Amino acid sequence: MTKLHQETDAIIIGAGPCGLFAVFELGLLGLNAHLIDILDKPGGQCAELYPEKPIYDIPAWPVITGQDLTDRLMEQIAPFSPTFHLGEMAESLVKTSEGLWRITTDVGTVIEAPVVVIAAGGGSFVPKKPTLDNIDAYEGESVFYAVRRIEAFRGKRVVIAGGGDSALDWTLNLQPVAARVTLVHHRDGFRAAPHSVARMKELAAEGAIDFVVGKLNALAGAAPQLESVSVATAKGDEVLIADRFLAFFGLTMKLGPIADFGLNLSENLIPVDTESFQTSVPGIFAIGDINVYPGKLKLILSGFHEAALMSQAAFQICRPGERLRFQYTTSSTQLQRRLKVA
Amino acid sequence: MKISVTDHAGTEHELEALPGWRVMEIIRDWDLPIKAECGGACACATCHVYVDAAWFGRLPGESEEEIDQLEILADRMPNSRLACQVLMSEELDGLKVTLAPGSRP
Repeated sequence: MTKLHQETDAIIIGAGPCGLFAVFELGLLGLNAHLIDILDKPGGQCAELYPEKPIYDIPAWPVITGQDLTDRLMEQIAPFSPTFHLGEMAESLVKTSEGLWRITTDVGTVIEAPVVVIAAGGGSFVPKKPTLDNIDAYEGESVFYAVRRIEAFRGKRVVIAGGGDSALDWTLNLQPVAARVTLVHHRDGFRAAPHSVARMKELAAEGAIDFVVGKLNALAGAAPQLESVSVATAKGDEVLIADRFLAFFGLTMKLGPIADFGLNLSENLIPVDTESFQTSVPGIFAIGDINVYPGKLKLILSGFHEAALMSQAAFQICRPGERLRFQYTTSSTQLQRRLKVA
Repeated sequence: MKISVTDHAGTEHELEALPGWRVMEIIRDWDLPIKAECGGACACATCHVYVDAAWFGRLPGESEEEIDQLEILADRMPNSRLACQVLMSEELDGLKVTLAPGSRP
């Protein structure tokens, strides 16, 4: 299914700090970009794994959290109006007969550009699955790790597992829609926002939902149709009747489809040259934690530097024959116009 | 001070350790394979290690965040810990751990 077909100068895979800063560096040179990220928000690992963790080695920021850094980068790239394709995974990469790179995502978005920038960090985020026998057989029908459509849960008996914001948010959001919501967590303490926890406990006290402290044991029913989830509690095993099971245990990273893009790989990293950060394939660049070269340091700082050099080389590919004039943002009215400050 | 780390292939390595360092950082510093994708934020459980029985009870206890991360690991054992949550100190000189399968990069 082809959802849309768009052309741009550069397709950036990954909307973490390096992908975002690449928008800026490309933008200064008059190149526009589309970003694809499997997460539903920008920021990558910084925003997903450690939004509150202080980072101390970003130039000019003695201390900044992962989320603040993301927010600042979003503000910095706003003048270049990049197009975000969030919640999508870059699935295939092919060269068109016109010599462009065509990327198709898992939801059918098609984007073409002369330049592709892989800024995928440690790879694609994938949900952590609970260790329950045969869970794969129920996936897609009865077992999910995200809610894409609330309607799919209307009138269903839903068991939700987890103790973070996603588990609590969906317990609250699905309660009015589902026939019954049961939240299972291994302890009576949560990492989620206190007001969500308080609301969940209110609903449980009113009898509008069930909250069970226990450890997941097994799924039962003729796969893919779930019938129940069994849980070990302090009082013994409990069987929770369920049509749907939602598990929110966070995310982890896998290289994903990038491994099949036909690039040289070295232990799941992409070798690049340090002049342009181009990969073994002309027109495809890799910046940030996913690339490797002699002396590589896995620092956000390094990714920013790599984005600047990548952009110079990307310009030559996107605007063949045009001369690239090096300019400073402090003095160039052309750059300042692009930044919408002049 | 030293720690002993058994890698995924079963080879034991004796590593020089510095006080105040996270065990995860020491393992990474000596180039043993450990994923540790969140960089020590107790957010990923990819620095999972098994602590030698003689040492397990001598470590400071797990935080609730660490327990949450350990909870759903397929390869969790009673002596599981996250190496990023164990800070090296004089008392832990000689600590022995084994890299769990899920910590492989």
